[in-house]
Amino acid sequence: MTHSATHPSKPVRQSIALDGTVYETTLTKKYAQRKPFAPKDPSRLTAIIPGLILDLLVKPGDQVRSGQSLLVLEAMKMQNHIAAHDAGTIKAIHVASGDTVTKGQLLLEFQ
Amino acid sequence: MSLPRKLKDHAARQAEATEPHPEAARKQAAQGKLLARERITAILDPGSFHEYDLFVEHRCSDFGMEKKQLPGDGVITGTGAILGHPVAIYAQDFTVAGGSLGLAHARKITKIMDHAIKLGIPLIGINDSGGARIQEGVNSLAGYGEIFYRNTLASGVIPQISIILGPCAGGAVYSPALTDFVFVVDQISKMFITGPEVIKTVLGEEISMEDLGGARVQSEISGNAHFYAGSEAECFEQVKRLVTFIPWNNRKKADPFNASPSPTEEDLERIIPSEAHRPYDVRDVLRAVCDGSDFMEVQALWAANIVVGFARMNGRTVGMVANQPAVLAGVLDVDSSDKAARFIRFCDAFNIPLVTFVDLPGYLPGVDQEHAGVIRHGAKLLYAYSEATVPKITVILRKAYGGGYIAMCSRHLGADFVFAWPCAEIAVMGPEGAANIIFKGEIAAAADPEAFRKQKVQEYTEKFASPYVAAANGHVDAVIAPRQTRDFLLHALEISEQKAEPRPARKHGVPPF
Repeated sequence: MTHSATHPSKPVRQSIALDGTVYETTLTKKYAQRKPFAPKDPSRLTAIIPGLILDLLVKPGDQVRSGQSLLVLEAMKMQNHIAAHDAGTIKAIHVASGDTVTKGQLLLEFQ
Repeated sequence: MSLPRKLKDHAARQAEATEPHPEAARKQAAQGKLLARERITAILDPGSFHEYDLFVEHRCSDFGMEKKQLPGDGVITGTGAILGHPVAIYAQDFTVAGGSLGLAHARKITKIMDHAIKLGIPLIGINDSGGARIQEGVNSLAGYGEIFYRNTLASGVIPQISIILGPCAGGAVYSPALTDFVFVVDQISKMFITGPEVIKTVLGEEISMEDLGGARVQSEISGNAHFYAGSEAECFEQVKRLVTFIPWNNRKKADPFNASPSPTEEDLERIIPSEAHRPYDVRDVLRAVCDGSDFMEVQALWAANIVVGFARMNGRTVGMVANQPAVLAGVLDVDSSDKAARFIRFCDAFNIPLVTFVDLPGYLPGVDQEHAGVIRHGAKLLYAYSEATVPKITVILRKAYGGGYIAMCSRHLGADFVFAWPCAEIAVMGPEGAANIIFKGEIAAAADPEAFRKQKVQEYTEKFASPYVAAANGHVDAVIAPRQTRDFLLHALEISEQKAEPRPARKHGVPPF
């Protein structure tokens, strides 16, 4: 089997409607695999970088103010203090000290 | 007609062309927006604005346009001054046909742009427009194209500032994108190529205008905007402040300030934690060395793992670039490389010396980074620093490892002066990683591998995690105490004042963008 020079991966046939006209075309791999937009849920705090949870500075039920350090995430040889974006109450904590976390992993939830 | 009657007639014509349409003015105010004329008055020095082309009219006679009289064709153009600095300015007027861009409107803009380029003065554009004037068809597109062409000709010749105070959608966004600095205001600025309606029709994804291309998004996520403000008044103060830092054109240096007050910030040795793994805010270091601790950060909200902005040293503008250990450990990645490279090229184009502060563990590892082209984007930073011929001074604060060390304006990329603090660690990688690789076999074979590994990490730290190997090789010019930093920088900048570094002739380079 040979691949075409312009489409190294198998082309996905599709039509796209723009300004009321339907165009028949193929999609790029990146376009076909894109993730739809999902608004960010401010009640969920996720890891911005993979690393190691060194310390938890809050517990469920705690009231926190905006900018308060919630936990210490060690990554790239640096102890990063992860701070609260807004004031709120901690609903649940999903990690423990010593856990290794991946990027985007849920760390804690606000009420 | 007698002269008095002609004068009366002139006054009446002027009034007709400048009086805002009451209903449209009310709508503008309801959105918290100033009128185009009010905006110009708010930015410029009192009485300095001189308007041109007030009586320009469109020539479109299709779709009923022949019956429409559009004052100034929806854009106000002229020249004036900001805190004594001359500027050319235009402001799109949303109350006139939604600020839509037709050929006459565009030609008013290109005329003032041509003036700005010839006169060698900064250009300020205020964007508030519904987009192309559809009745004018391809003539409207021609207008956009002629503006983009001049934005490109003016790039690196005069500073160009775009202020987005309303919608700026479709092709219209490419004029701001070609300029040097984009200012946005919360809830007022909206920038996108295709709007929420089109996205919904084509892709079925629902998103609000604010989430798609609002001020916050453009400042924090896309990196299209450079300055974010809560109100138009705050935005205008930012514009005025920026104008004081930059020169009129590429043949001049920025006007010096007579006063060069000492920094007001605390002592540098207290800012940096002794342990290399503890974060701190590198902006405290910048404020502790520059005049009056007055640092104007550019793109503060986007790619915050690198800090760029303007400051003064002995009254002279400098561009500062610094890794930010407080965010993502200060790593280089796709966005931070882009951000710094663009800023460096602006400074180089406009004769602004560069001062770089280094403290980074290296590049951010990750599949997303590699697939997003961190090789290509990271190369922009190397290119920008190597290409720059303005005075380049580097201070290594703490960590300078591997490729990150090279990229952050090292001696090898043409830095004129490289200073390092005694706590600097300049090495190919961190001690842990280095020991693990060099002594991999021995560690595995040792009776107590962990103790042996720790010993080797210690040995490596003592031998290489310092500035002295680099200093012994002449890659660092001086190891200085933190409190000597301002003195060394002031001296280096002063003796670099007449720096000239001719390069081989070429049409232009081919940077990796």
